[in-house]
Amino acid sequence: MNQDKHLLQVEDLRVSFKSGGSLVDAVRGVSFNLGREKLAIVGESGSGKSTVGRALLRLHPQSARISATHMRFGDIDLLACPERAMQDIRGRRISMIMQDPKYSLNPVMRVGEQIAEAYLAHHKVSKREAEQRTLAMLEAVRIREPLRVARMYPHEVSGGMGQRIMIAMMLITEPEIVIADEPTSALDVSVRLQVLATLDDLVSQRGLGLIFISHDLNLVRSFCDRVLVMYAGRVVEAIAAADLDKAQHPYTQGLLAALPSVDQRRPRLPVLQRDQAWLTA
Amino acid sequence: MAMIAVDTLNLSFGEGAAANQVLHDVSFDVAEGEAFGLVGESGSGKTTVLRCLAGQYTHWSGRLTINGEALGRTLDKARCRKLQMVFQDPYGSLHPRHTVETALAEPLAIHGISDASRRIDAILIKVGLPTSFRYRYPHQLSGGQRQRVAIARALILEPRILLLDEPTSALDVSVQAEILNLLAELREREGLTYLLVTHDLGVVAHLCERVAVMQQGRIVDLVDSAGLAGAAPEHPYTRMLVEASRHYSREMAEHGAADLNAVATV
Repeated sequence: MNQDKHLLQVEDLRVSFKSGGSLVDAVRGVSFNLGREKLAIVGESGSGKSTVGRALLRLHPQSARISATHMRFGDIDLLACPERAMQDIRGRRISMIMQDPKYSLNPVMRVGEQIAEAYLAHHKVSKREAEQRTLAMLEAVRIREPLRVARMYPHEVSGGMGQRIMIAMMLITEPEIVIADEPTSALDVSVRLQVLATLDDLVSQRGLGLIFISHDLNLVRSFCDRVLVMYAGRVVEAIAAADLDKAQHPYTQGLLAALPSVDQRRPRLPVLQRDQAWLTA
Repeated sequence: MAMIAVDTLNLSFGEGAAANQVLHDVSFDVAEGEAFGLVGESGSGKTTVLRCLAGQYTHWSGRLTINGEALGRTLDKARCRKLQMVFQDPYGSLHPRHTVETALAEPLAIHGISDASRRIDAILIKVGLPTSFRYRYPHQLSGGQRQRVAIARALILEPRILLLDEPTSALDVSVQAEILNLLAELREREGLTYLLVTHDLGVVAHLCERVAVMQQGRIVDLVDSAGLAGAAPEHPYTRMLVEASRHYSREMAEHGAADLNAVATV
């Protein structure tokens, strides 16, 4: 892929948080490029994968120190960009799907209004047009009766439907990049498959770049194009999803081996032996 | 004789027209020393079965027997000595202001068992924790260590049966492997019987010999976990669950939904 096709170029991203009197490094020198593809960031809790996602949108609190050689989105340097310009990017050009629709939808607002609000925040159109677009978007995420669902409150919809509503809300502004932070881990398998299929369609139809943050290696392997494996705030391995079985890094290998599998029954699961050298290597 | 026998277990919440039946004629047997899995999606009733056995629900109908003795509707001490439960979330299931020692000593005090100090040391060693951990509070433990304490808490009364409710779903993959190994070891060494509830087919295939698949309060399929691999399971719902645990595929997303609706209307 040539240089100008990259939607996003991140080089040496570092994030640290003030904790007590000291600084804790959460992300330590992460570099990657994102094209029109599905890029996975996997790792265990505390590896910094979500921190990377949030740093891209500068969603961290004041106490966070973010630095990078560059964090370029097209011509814009996301780090140097003033807050006002950032507000035009957030939700409009880069949007984020959170893990659990139960907590990320406004409980006292009809879902249709919430989706329309996302559109109105970035487009000067009439309410009527925003409503029309909302219904079309609900249809695009395969909700059968968009008119009825738009009038519902979040507690009236199921988890899978809630997550599709979130996807509709995040895609209605036609962003160029979508960051999905564990978008399906709160969902049941059958629903998860449908939500993924919806996301998959929209990403390929609209030519988006998707950053898919997950801890589920089996899912990532079949859903994404490329995988970044994070450990203790660093990317220890970047690999094509199809080649995950041929992973070189002992951490990636260890994670894969520790997964219990339906097909291969073993009396004991190999336990990951962490190596001090991974922190620096 | 079956260690756990569940015979036509039914349970409803609400009364009259508002009654919602959540378990429909659930029956299965678990042999002594066996590990038996219950899988299904949220709302399928798998945890509810566990709660009936554990005595958290008492208005069920049907027949529950443990080692040949019928279970009553009250939660008595004798039942607690026979079976204990390990919960999903080790962050929520341990009292935040009690040390490990206090948490482990309580069941012993309730049951009037002497020699608490020695028993606590022994149980900590058994679950692979240093004995010095008895003075720690839950916030001083990692997720995996907490789950070890929760297992120790369940085992300290020396029950014959452990009811495991998603014991590893709150844990990272590498920690999950440690806890699954510990559970397998304990079962072998102590001859325990497990009833495991999970939504993770990999976990159930790893730990259990047989698996019941639940959907909407019914057992729809019963398979050997060896039969989950290789040849596709016959039941469409089981097949969908197995396939989904392996990978994501377009087709399945569409067919899975169709299968599901077909099954739901049967």
